[in-house]
Amino acid sequence: MELCDLTIAQARDGLGARRFSARELTEAHVKAMEVARGLNAFITETPERALIDAARADVRIAAGDARALEGIPLAIKDLFCTEGVLTTAASHILDGFKPPYESTVTAKLWAQGAGMLGKANLDEFAMGSSNITSYYGAVRSPWRRRGDDRPLVPGGSSGGSAAAVAARIAMAALGTDTGGSIRQPASFTGLVGMKPTYGRCSRWGIVAFASSLDQAGSLTRTVRDSAIMLRAMSGHDPKDSTSATLPVPDYEAALTGNIRGLRFGVPKEYRVEGMPAEIEKLWQTGIEWLRAAGAEPVDINLKLTKYALPTYYIIAPAEASSNLARYDGVRFGLRVEGKSIEEMYEATRAEGFGDEVKRRILIGTYVLSAGYYDAYYLKAQRVRALIAADFKRAFETVDVILTPTAPNAAFAVGEKMDDPLAMYLNDVFTVPISLAGLPAISVPAGLSSEGLPLGLQVIGRAFDEETVLRAAESLERAANFTARPPVLS
Amino acid sequence: MSIDKATVAHIAALARIRVPEADRERLAGELRKIVAWIEQLDEIDTTGVEPMASVVEMTTPQRPDAVNDGDCRDKVLANAPAASHGFFTVPKVVE
Amino acid sequence: MALIEGKTGNWEVVIGLEVHAQVVSRSKLFSGAATGFGAEPNSQVSPVDAAFPGMLPVINRFCVEQAVKTGIGIEGKVNPTSVFDRKNYFYADLPAGYQISQFTRPIVSGGSIALDLPEGRSRTIGVTRLHLEQDAGKSLHDQHPNLTYVDLNRAGTALMEIVSEPELRSAEEAGAYLRKLRTILRYLGTCDGNMEEGSLRCDANVSVRKPGAPLGTRCEIKNVNSIRFAMLAIDYEARRQIDLIEEGGVVKQETRLFDSARGVTRPMRSKEQAHDYRYFPDPDLLPLVLDPAEIERLRAAMPELPDRKKERFVQDYKLTPYDAGVLVSERQTADFFERVAKGRDARAAANWVTGELFGLLNKAGKGIEQSPVSADAIGALLDLIADNTVSGRTAKDVFAEMFETGKDAAAIVEAKGLRQVTDSGAIEAAVDRVIAEQPEKVAEFRAGKDKLFGYFVGQVMKATGGKANPGTLNELLKKKLSG
Ligand SMILES: [Mg+2]
Ligand SMILES: [Zn+2]
Repeated sequence: MELCDLTIAQARDGLGARRFSARELTEAHVKAMEVARGLNAFITETPERALIDAARADVRIAAGDARALEGIPLAIKDLFCTEGVLTTAASHILDGFKPPYESTVTAKLWAQGAGMLGKANLDEFAMGSSNITSYYGAVRSPWRRRGDDRPLVPGGSSGGSAAAVAARIAMAALGTDTGGSIRQPASFTGLVGMKPTYGRCSRWGIVAFASSLDQAGSLTRTVRDSAIMLRAMSGHDPKDSTSATLPVPDYEAALTGNIRGLRFGVPKEYRVEGMPAEIEKLWQTGIEWLRAAGAEPVDINLKLTKYALPTYYIIAPAEASSNLARYDGVRFGLRVEGKSIEEMYEATRAEGFGDEVKRRILIGTYVLSAGYYDAYYLKAQRVRALIAADFKRAFETVDVILTPTAPNAAFAVGEKMDDPLAMYLNDVFTVPISLAGLPAISVPAGLSSEGLPLGLQVIGRAFDEETVLRAAESLERAANFTARPPVLS
Repeated sequence: MSIDKATVAHIAALARIRVPEADRERLAGELRKIVAWIEQLDEIDTTGVEPMASVVEMTTPQRPDAVNDGDCRDKVLANAPAASHGFFTVPKVVE
Repeated sequence: MALIEGKTGNWEVVIGLEVHAQVVSRSKLFSGAATGFGAEPNSQVSPVDAAFPGMLPVINRFCVEQAVKTGIGIEGKVNPTSVFDRKNYFYADLPAGYQISQFTRPIVSGGSIALDLPEGRSRTIGVTRLHLEQDAGKSLHDQHPNLTYVDLNRAGTALMEIVSEPELRSAEEAGAYLRKLRTILRYLGTCDGNMEEGSLRCDANVSVRKPGAPLGTRCEIKNVNSIRFAMLAIDYEARRQIDLIEEGGVVKQETRLFDSARGVTRPMRSKEQAHDYRYFPDPDLLPLVLDPAEIERLRAAMPELPDRKKERFVQDYKLTPYDAGVLVSERQTADFFERVAKGRDARAAANWVTGELFGLLNKAGKGIEQSPVSADAIGALLDLIADNTVSGRTAKDVFAEMFETGKDAAAIVEAKGLRQVTDSGAIEAAVDRVIAEQPEKVAEFRAGKDKLFGYFVGQVMKATGGKANPGTLNELLKKKLSG
């Protein structure tokens, strides 16, 4: 078996048994990164760094001192600040920015022995669902439709992370999920994408998009790898006031394979108009798989589902308009000179931000501005409270909820691009969960008629990632998703 | 009130983003569409509903009053597009 | 009520003050950088203060406590839950593009401050609110012909913004308000009140109206950095508005700066743009919830505040309200006085502290905390007066020497032989000697020139080296001269 095809769990065993070294494992991935450069999955490649990390890992392994991710090469979404390494958020406005600090989550990964292959491409400031808004160019998915060679989007915003893991460039990747930015690309590229509960992973050192929604997570090829990553990433951080003070369970130990008696909700509101029949069918199949494993389906109502997207498109841009005010050309990043400071601000921000980012800043500014705050922002926060209450009610009778991850498979670069609203609809199934701050995972469950991956989403109670992972593993086993991107064959 | 070119100019000024005159009409159209779409929230009765403060059911943690950061001027200035004598510099501001 | 005379009649000035008081704390409100004044530029800046990407705020517990204490001190209501909001605007020294402040739900609501006005008058002014917020950095506009220099050392320092009701009616009242507020802050130790260093800054909202008329349009005078300037700025601004209106003009709502060199206010150019701060709750911070037990603990630990202390001084020590007011204006002075007064004649103690001690301290340009003479040392001197070891007159000389050398009173009295002569035999001998030496003056006195008595007192004092007990001396002299 090729080294790049290994899962983290397999590599851990292989490294432990000295079947190969961390150096060999990393070299194989560095080579894959070079070969697959056409995907544009990385903004910054750091192969030298990865090899140094691997050499250190080999020393620890030799000493019998291996940690949870010892010698595992990862891709890091370029939204995480990495000390001394260019960090761009895929935006022109962060030109040349090298943070003098390391994000909490990446620091935790390094402390577990992981290595960094590079900083993965993304939608600019994580705003997008197709990874086409990056200043550094669109990412291409390693997948193709059957008999159609047009390049496809990997989903977004963690598109580079998804492409890298799907194309076997990285064993796993860090992503962030604000409204679906891990789960939707995971669904598009046949990966497991986990968004933990808001507050589970520290946001410190992650370039902020929408603070009340942003959450770090991982893209992996298996549920077990997802569990391994989550344990390494999680934990209370006194530097993040919204970080939960709960202990971190051993998520891998939660993968018992036993979901007998588990009650899972099936919300009928997720049968949205225009959803392809094959997605509806896949969902039904998923229900059968879980039932066959001994779980019990329960019809539930999540009445406000269709209002989640408009709610999200008030709250997220409002927070973003404020979070992105710091990009002013004074302390870091791009500056476009002007005769006055006002001119400098306006020129810098006009040139530094791309169209989608500007659009969201303007919307966010508008909904917060005098006379509109109550009608839009406060209204949205009230609806958000109702959406969260809907989930809370549902979880009184069920342990998890099963839905499709996205209403469609990956689309071609160029499709859906002229209409921002059509693009926003990609996140219709993921956004409600983000608004409620709940944990959710996307598991590859099958292929579309065109041969593209489709994912199912498992949603859990706040801080109950263990049950989510356990149910996801059950789905994974039943689905037995073995399809590989055509690029690899 | 519907979003027009003047609205775009106003919010762009608030957001300190130069939007050329030629782009304002197009942007106004896009924003109008998005705002019309988000206005479907009006269908929901939210009387008596407290706006959500945070999904985290916690209160803000408080840290002890200790000096454990700062004193790193070089790091703070290292990324600055312009700095002089230990200061960030910007085009002159007239008060 | 102080009215201002104009061409068209009398005017009333309406003033509301917004005071920004820097919280005394080691580290900043939301970061662990130091807060000291006068450090090298940008040396007290953390990536949080500079609003680097991904940086997050965590609140300083001590700053919260200081705000609670201050809230209790101004008799406000401490809110069990308060919320931090973002106030969004662009400015060179506001790194995040927003200030973390409190808007709809401040930590303290309401309150009041009693003004001490001349001639023992008093007025109570309502406080609208006190909220916590972060300070901005500092822009230096005069270091370079076409650049502004930005120093973020102050960025993120904790401020308490204390907003008064528009109930002040003269510059004098505004001055008294600021003095009283500063006194309270210093008593509590929550702000050092140093206006020169900017730890206490004042924005004044000023409008004028005919008595009884609705409120006029107000102008906000920003960042006045002394009480005197605040009073000058208000007086100038009130007069400017009156003149403007009387000449047919209209007051425009605007932000103005006080030019202390010229004594005028002028519109602030950079703030002309219409404001729309787009406040919304900071999603990086959860609601601030205070433990009621903690609030009670702070309340129980409150020091006695100036108003209460003054009352007690008048009651218990029988001081005049004026003297009591002078003594309580600084907590250290009041403490000093009480230490001197303990077990002694309190009014004498008050006279010595406000008279002799303040006189010498003023001359030396020192504060009470730098006094070279301790409270116990003054007390010991008062004891020497009380037990007739020295006369009050001699004591003043002794005190001057104590102030200069730091020696204690008894040592000086001993070394210089200043012990008062109370032995009537010795005084009698001196009286006899003086009478014998000055027969003509004695004759004049006995012939009715009473004024000469003082002359004889002086002569006897001189003869005893100033040490004669004045009572004994007077008594003996009177007897001998008349006899
Ligand atoms: Mg104010
Ligand atoms: Zn303020």
